[in-house]
Amino acid sequence: MTAALEQPLLQVRGVTKHYGARLGCGDVSFDLWPGEVMGIVGESGSGKSTLLSCLAGHLPPDAGEVRFDVDGSLRDTLQLTEPERRRLHRTDWAFVHQHARDGLRMGVSAGGNVGERLMAIGARNYGEIRSQAADWLNRVEIAAERMDDRPTAFSGGMQQRLQIARNLVTGPRLVFMDEPTGGLDVSVQARLLDLLRGLVREMGLSAIIVTHDLAVVRLLADRLMVMKDGRVVEQGLTDQVLDDPQHGYTQLLVSSVLQV
Amino acid sequence: MTADQYNFAYLDEQTKRMIRRAILKGLAVPGYQVPFASREMPMPYGWGTGGVQVTAATLVPDDRLKVIDQGADDTTNAVSIRKFFERTAGVAVTEATTEASIIQTRHRIPETPLREGQILVYQVPIPEPLRFLEPRETETRKMHALEEYGLMHVKLYEDIARHGTIATAYAYPVQVEGRYVMDPSPIPKFDNPKLESPAIQLFGAGREQRIYALPPYTQVVSLDFEDHPFDPSRADYPCAVCGAVDSYLDEVITDDAGGRMFLCSDTDYCGQRQAAGHTGTEGAP
Amino acid sequence: MDDCVGESDKAMIDCEGVTKRFTLHNQGGTVIEVLSRADVQVAPGECVALTGASGAGKSTLIRMIHGNYLVEEGRITVGGVQVSGADARTVLRLRRETLGYVSQFLRVVPRVPAIDIVAEPLLTAGWHADAARAHAAGLLTRLNVPERLWGLGPSTFSGGEQQRVNIARGFARNYPALLLDEPTASLDATNRDVVLSLIREAKARGAAILGIFHDENARSQVCDRVVDVSAFRPVAT
Repeated sequence: MTAALEQPLLQVRGVTKHYGARLGCGDVSFDLWPGEVMGIVGESGSGKSTLLSCLAGHLPPDAGEVRFDVDGSLRDTLQLTEPERRRLHRTDWAFVHQHARDGLRMGVSAGGNVGERLMAIGARNYGEIRSQAADWLNRVEIAAERMDDRPTAFSGGMQQRLQIARNLVTGPRLVFMDEPTGGLDVSVQARLLDLLRGLVREMGLSAIIVTHDLAVVRLLADRLMVMKDGRVVEQGLTDQVLDDPQHGYTQLLVSSVLQV
Repeated sequence: MTADQYNFAYLDEQTKRMIRRAILKGLAVPGYQVPFASREMPMPYGWGTGGVQVTAATLVPDDRLKVIDQGADDTTNAVSIRKFFERTAGVAVTEATTEASIIQTRHRIPETPLREGQILVYQVPIPEPLRFLEPRETETRKMHALEEYGLMHVKLYEDIARHGTIATAYAYPVQVEGRYVMDPSPIPKFDNPKLESPAIQLFGAGREQRIYALPPYTQVVSLDFEDHPFDPSRADYPCAVCGAVDSYLDEVITDDAGGRMFLCSDTDYCGQRQAAGHTGTEGAP
Repeated sequence: MDDCVGESDKAMIDCEGVTKRFTLHNQGGTVIEVLSRADVQVAPGECVALTGASGAGKSTLIRMIHGNYLVEEGRITVGGVQVSGADARTVLRLRRETLGYVSQFLRVVPRVPAIDIVAEPLLTAGWHADAARAHAAGLLTRLNVPERLWGLGPSTFSGGEQQRVNIARGFARNYPALLLDEPTASLDATNRDVVLSLIREAKARGAAILGIFHDENARSQVCDRVVDVSAFRPVAT
């Protein structure tokens, strides 16, 4: 499984974003390879969410390139036309929001939420859309009889799982996640983490996960990037960065976590 | 103020030019919602201000105007708009579909087939078919521009999921010439097939400040799923008065015991049939 | 995986002049040097034990080979792949394909069933789910983990049970190189013997094994050689 994958899926070069005089994120570069999960950690205001927005095309950076593998060649997604970029967001890319209601249509049934991405890429057979939606709800452990319920009737954990199903139904290659387990009960978090791990493995997904929770990245991310004041202070293998942190800030971050 | 102190058809000529430009643009880009500077009219929003402005900009002195509301020529809304133009434009009016050169309508297409040269003007409350699922105007405009219409099918999907069939019975979305998805105003879906017509069809939304149009013989396809095709259903009764089995029917409750009957919603069509000797179960002798 | 086994005279695990020091930036930049110029080679089919007093750097060396600690100086290769200075992707691939590791502690997503924890390295390697679970079940059976526990998350298990799940996971795949950090600690005699036979089987198929064994008896049963890391103690300053 190595020979064919000699090109990164995502290549980020010098991404920089200022808010007026203040630095949002500065000169961020990295390669993400197919099947890799990268975590971005840092405290509030460290620039991790700004970086994620820039990478996902929600916020135009001041400088830099975000190259994505389109049909075998790396293309700068910041230079794509709007229709091309929106198509990317419906097909190869997915975005899981921290608050499920930002990523769901709360007035539309669970099945409709999952089916929307299929209909957006041209599915016009009700029966097929419905069976695919049912399959995905099952994969994220939502009972079939809840399919026609609206997400407003779901618990927080269920809403988050529905958001994941809605995002993954079209088989994206890259998933951006913004604090996907934030705001959930600890027990619900664990179940979601396990679900995400399984899906990442089965689908060969690549993912970029922004979180402030070091336990989440330890369990989910292969690689880790630590941000402070808009800059990347350290990056590497997740367990190496957490167990043998080189930068003073990372050492502080790791030593500040309560051990259970 | 007397009638001869109004400009012809109430609106000033500059306003009419502005509206005509919007109409021409709408005809050039069928199904596309053209913004226009909707004026205050001497009637409240929701009473057809969009349709009235389109009619006013379209009328010429030798036109013959028909106004219907839910198919009827004699309801308050239809009567007041007809009187408005009689007074401000002095044009001839009629209740006969065949005799009219311009027909302003609220929520129906006449049963009598329209012909070339006629203009049908619709009063539109909410022109944006995507509105109920996507509240942001910036986003819906982008969706139209990029032909991203998956969301429209989400609405139909929800219908089937909830009711077992596409339950949208009026304002049923259509796609025009394979391009723009359009709200045909709240006509019953029974009327959707009649949208492919030899007449010019103009749609005016006063409060929302949008005009859109269908030139004659434009292809108009009602959206559906492969396994749930569009069905322009109709109540399975004949008209109680004229016996018609091909017209759209209104249900009329006749007593407190739940008695009811079905009547043609198009009063002109029903009247013509009665005059030609057709009768139904309740038909006058 | 036998294609990964190199020529027998060449070390599968090779540490040359490896030095490790920790710099504590938040404690006045204190530098703690743990290992200096460590040299360890393990050939295919060989089992080598690291010895030395507590704190001498046995675990540190194991962790450096695993890519968990960075290497300050020197060079580490596993199966010809350089670990020292390698990027995350190289280390991940090495761990996926070549280098197994049984740590002292089990670190997993809470509430994931034990059998899935054992099967995970196989699933990652592309095994079919049923085959992976069947293989995992075999190992758990062999290590005497009662079947009623397989469907439960191990956080509620006893120390010995957790360690056996951990060992099953580490031995799930036939890695050509294996690192063991006290694999027999907190095990009873029966299970210790199971682990020792697992080690023997790994050796027999040509795996290079480097381990820390506090249990002298266990060490003498499976280890061909002993390397005392005290020899790599940094010169006191």
